[in-house]
Amino acid sequence: MSFPQPKPEVPQLPQNLLRTIDCQQGAVRAVRFNADGNYLLSCGSDKSLKLWSVSRGTLLKTYSGHGYEVLDADGSYDNSQLCSCSSDKTVILWDVATGQVTRKLRGHAGKVNCVQFNEEATVILSGSIDGTVRCWDTRSRKFDPIQILDEAQDGVSSLKVSEHELLTGSVDGRVRRYDLRMGQLHVDFINSPITCVCFSADGQCTLTSSLDSTVRLLDKSTGEMLGEYTGHKMKGYKLDCCLSSKDTHVLSCSEDGHVYCWDLVEGSLMLKLPVGKAVVQSLSFHPSETRLLTAMEGRSGIGVRLREMVVWLKSDMLLLPWLKYGINE
Amino acid sequence: MASDSDSDGGFVTFGTPLEPLEEDEPLRKPVPLHEQTVKDEKGRYQRFHGAFTGGFSAGYFNTVGTKEGWTPATFVSSRQQKAGRQNARPEDFMDEEDLGDHGIAPRQITTTADFASGRKDVIRDKARAITSLSAPIPGDTVLEDLVAPARSSMGVELLRKMGWKDGQGVGPRVKRRLCKQRADSATRAFGSASPPNGSSESQDEEDGEFLPENVTFAPKDVTPIDFTPKVDLHGLGYRGLNPLAALRGGPGAGHINLFTMDSDRTNSLFGEDRKGHRRRGGVAGQGFGVGAMEDDDEDIYHRDIMSNYDTVLGGEEPGDGLYGWTAPQQYNRTKKDHSKDAAYLGKILEGFTLASDKLETKTIFPPPNLPRDFRPVHYFRPVVDLSSVSPMVAQALQTSRGHMAQEEPSKGGRHQLDSAQRRELLGEATLQGPSSVFDLLKVEDRERLSGLRRPSSDTSSGPRQPTPGEARAAVVAAGVAAAAARASAQKALSSRFAPQAEQQQQEALSVWSGPTAQAQTGQTFKPFERTPHKQARYDLYIDQLKQGDRDALELSLDPTMTEWERGRERDEFVRAALLYKPSSSSLSCRFTRGKQDDGVEADTVEVTRDQENDVDDKQAAVKMKMFGKLTRDTFEWHPDNLLCKRFNIPDPYPGSGFVGMPKVKRDKFSVFNFLTVSESPTASASPAPQGVKPSEPGKRSRWDVSGQAGDKERKEKDPVSEFLSVARIEASGSGPEASTTDGPTTDPTVEPDTEQKDEEEEEEEEEESRPSMDLFKAIFVSSSDEKSSSSSEGESEEEEEEKEEGVRSKAGTGPQISNQLNVNTTQPAPPVSAIPSQHPDVVFKTPSGPAAVPPPRDQEMEEEEFGPRLPPPSSTLTVERRPSLTPSAKDDKHKKKCKEKHKAKKHGKNKKDKKVRGKQLNPGE
Repeated sequence: MSFPQPKPEVPQLPQNLLRTIDCQQGAVRAVRFNADGNYLLSCGSDKSLKLWSVSRGTLLKTYSGHGYEVLDADGSYDNSQLCSCSSDKTVILWDVATGQVTRKLRGHAGKVNCVQFNEEATVILSGSIDGTVRCWDTRSRKFDPIQILDEAQDGVSSLKVSEHELLTGSVDGRVRRYDLRMGQLHVDFINSPITCVCFSADGQCTLTSSLDSTVRLLDKSTGEMLGEYTGHKMKGYKLDCCLSSKDTHVLSCSEDGHVYCWDLVEGSLMLKLPVGKAVVQSLSFHPSETRLLTAMEGRSGIGVRLREMVVWLKSDMLLLPWLKYGINE
Repeated sequence: MASDSDSDGGFVTFGTPLEPLEEDEPLRKPVPLHEQTVKDEKGRYQRFHGAFTGGFSAGYFNTVGTKEGWTPATFVSSRQQKAGRQNARPEDFMDEEDLGDHGIAPRQITTTADFASGRKDVIRDKARAITSLSAPIPGDTVLEDLVAPARSSMGVELLRKMGWKDGQGVGPRVKRRLCKQRADSATRAFGSASPPNGSSESQDEEDGEFLPENVTFAPKDVTPIDFTPKVDLHGLGYRGLNPLAALRGGPGAGHINLFTMDSDRTNSLFGEDRKGHRRRGGVAGQGFGVGAMEDDDEDIYHRDIMSNYDTVLGGEEPGDGLYGWTAPQQYNRTKKDHSKDAAYLGKILEGFTLASDKLETKTIFPPPNLPRDFRPVHYFRPVVDLSSVSPMVAQALQTSRGHMAQEEPSKGGRHQLDSAQRRELLGEATLQGPSSVFDLLKVEDRERLSGLRRPSSDTSSGPRQPTPGEARAAVVAAGVAAAAARASAQKALSSRFAPQAEQQQQEALSVWSGPTAQAQTGQTFKPFERTPHKQARYDLYIDQLKQGDRDALELSLDPTMTEWERGRERDEFVRAALLYKPSSSSLSCRFTRGKQDDGVEADTVEVTRDQENDVDDKQAAVKMKMFGKLTRDTFEWHPDNLLCKRFNIPDPYPGSGFVGMPKVKRDKFSVFNFLTVSESPTASASPAPQGVKPSEPGKRSRWDVSGQAGDKERKEKDPVSEFLSVARIEASGSGPEASTTDGPTTDPTVEPDTEQKDEEEEEEEEEESRPSMDLFKAIFVSSSDEKSSSSSEGESEEEEEEKEEGVRSKAGTGPQISNQLNVNTTQPAPPVSAIPSQHPDVVFKTPSGPAAVPPPRDQEMEEEEFGPRLPPPSSTLTVERRPSLTPSAKDDKHKKKCKEKHKAKKHGKNKKDKKVRGKQLNPGE
């Protein structure tokens, strides 16, 4: 009697470069997968937002309407709408198919750092440098926010929404979690400007990266620190961090041109993906597969500036031989 | 790419994606006009000439000939080929372009003549027409027709081979009964003018007599439907004069029927041979009108009737799929039983048949027998004046009359629900706001309004107003005088007016018993506020209306009043109820009451109730990596109801009237309200001043001066905070990041009320008229200004406590240090806050704390922390261009950027401060 062979384990970390896309939109401020991971959004400093197909690497649409560089974007669960925020203090709701501006939401007093849809895309939440998070209603025709969360004492740099919770990271060094169901606000003090916050996939933990070059994994309910991940360099730029799709690894951008991947439990550096020489500004992990999307703010050619967005893919598709960097290296 | 296959699923990509436009790429030069050419497949230039310039490939650039010039064609004798070239077809003069897809005679695949059913070779026909004209005997090709062999199409040949004979239908052989058919049903398919009815009927009759078994017959022939597409612009059915047919027509031919009812197809199906029978050709005169002497003019204007046409496309045929125009005719036959028709004696109208089953006769009931003494005169019921009879009687009358119909509004579907009902179902609170716009008016305005309205209502029916007493008295006086006349008039008019009053009552009832009215309670407009008794009665009336009580009006009136008064009041109540009906609630909620209590709140301000715990404790905890309880604060936070709804979450605080963090009213002049960080009531023992922290060398802040005092303070801390503070020192000593992003902390021991007390003292001391002057000073006065004032004050006040004294002694040494002293007082220095009550001016100096903070803060932040920036796009470019750039140079760049950033930030901060100041100042002025 022969037992079936155990399935070859899918590598948990992306190691091979699948594709490099030249977005041609200046510095890519943020890259985001859509809800199902088939498309990606790149926010450019040339005021445009671009939608790409992941598999083909082709440009599908360019959304222009912002008055200044686009800083963040998000896609609705049904891919019918996009929202983006910009330095021009506005949040724009886009219709994906037509590329038209469905709504332009003004109200923030400063540039808007981050934007998110809620689960059903009924609310857009945007966090701004003016220290407020504004909840915009996509259903009504009102242009006023439903609610303004002005608890932050400095700019809101990052924002995530789960089913009933709202996680914000602020430059005042605090991570705030608004629990709508309980009607509570939990403030965790980190003591360093927060650059990015994330929920874990199981919803029990929060991941925060701060300018003290540390990524911390905190227990959501108690605020205790479960893990600390260091080694990368995050001193001055607002860089992203994220968890892998199965919560096995913690990934963070770094100013030294690498993406650092740590084992979540052990906290050890598993992989150091070289992206380029410049700062890796944004990254996004595929919602289901082992794919990582990174944005590099600049790479220089001769006279021509190129902006890069890189998609990493797991190793079973060896398209481009890519060096594997281990810890021992 | 290989990845396409695995992830693309079922998607197909067509073509290659366009190259994204290169931004820096210079635009391509437009192609000049003379290079925009179209060439044919042979590489020749194709120019789109019109018909008169020679077609597609005429000449050379609008000239004749070629590039080389005009070359005359060499003469070729065709003498030898004369016999061969008998009939030159037009195709012979065409080149391949003309015959191509876009040429003048495009080639297409057609069936050969053998197989063609009827489509004629158009070109050939034309040629024939022309030749016939130029023939020796013009207009006659009879000979040709005669000589031409009879040809039948391949289909007919095949059918014949299969045993088909001319005149038979196609299909399986059928028995006689089934085979029976009517010719008209077939022809009707496309319409024939006169169905030969008689023959078929005679056939039918025969069928009944003779029905041999075992004999099958071929189905009858069918007239095919003409599917010839209509390509011309003539009217429907019009064929036009066919010169071909006209020319060919013989003298014996009938007139040319421009409207062919039976199609060409019928003939053409069977080949050319049949054509001869019908069309003789030749213009016979009638086509162009009827001569005066000719009598054969019945048919000229063929009358087409619509019954010739089907009005329905493709009626349902029964059976086995054998339908269509080739179907055996039993399928096409309409179900008519002609035996019945035959049985009917009278004349049947054309197009009608006898009904198969009889109509059901209506049973007619005889009218009732009238009683003998019945007189056909109608008596109208006497209308009882409801006011004059007792309520019981009135009610009895009303119910007996039966038009108290309006009960509870029937429960309809959800679309019938009004907003209030939906709100109830959703469990939402009622709309806040006055029930009526009138509520918002002042009493005088309201009276004026009602006064305006009164005259009009007086003229319409009786006096009614929200009774100011004297007006009412006047009306009463007038009313009593008129009472008698009115009473009589009422009788006469009651038949007219009573129903109206009744109707109004009903209306009021329906309005007030509706759910909208139920929902809002206690918000109704009180029209009779001046006379409480009346208002009470009115309220009772409204209450009963709300309960849906039908005789609410009678019950609520005062039985002790006179009849006349009650009648009046009744009238008033109904009108008032109608006028101030609750439906206006949705409107009224759009108005808000003006805040009258501005003066009351003038000296308080709303601040969030819960304050964060001490920051320094937290910082220490962070340094020790003791995240958890120490670093976490949990506050009550109220999400907006709509936000909850959008998140599909029940409102955690359904009744809460506010949103966000709960706020409390605090003294407006208390600085502590605006020090947003800070002030924890719990950490009373740890003032934890920022200056205390051993800061990095060379970065001494101005707060350092008070550091010693702060250290002194810390000695008396409880163990926990002492432990924390030790940890803090350790941590800040080790880490470079030990800094404060937050504003200065103030002492938590300071209670708001003591501050207020201090303020009051201060106010008494200083000028009474403008209590906020000190505040102005505290905020705006520059440090030098303050210096003098504080020193003078300090001297005058004897309750200067030791700490200040100590500082002062130190400060006395030199002017710079005295400056420091001032700085000290302007900061929310911890030692000061420890003993605030004895030190009024210190308390007042503290407000300047936040304003004074930015400069040191900036200094600190420049080296330490700052908000995350976006990587500048150009930075790396420069770095890359000069790879020899050392890290230190890079750092410099960094710093520069930081500075820039800080400038921006500072700007923001200043704005915030200004806002705060504005807040403070506004009420005082």
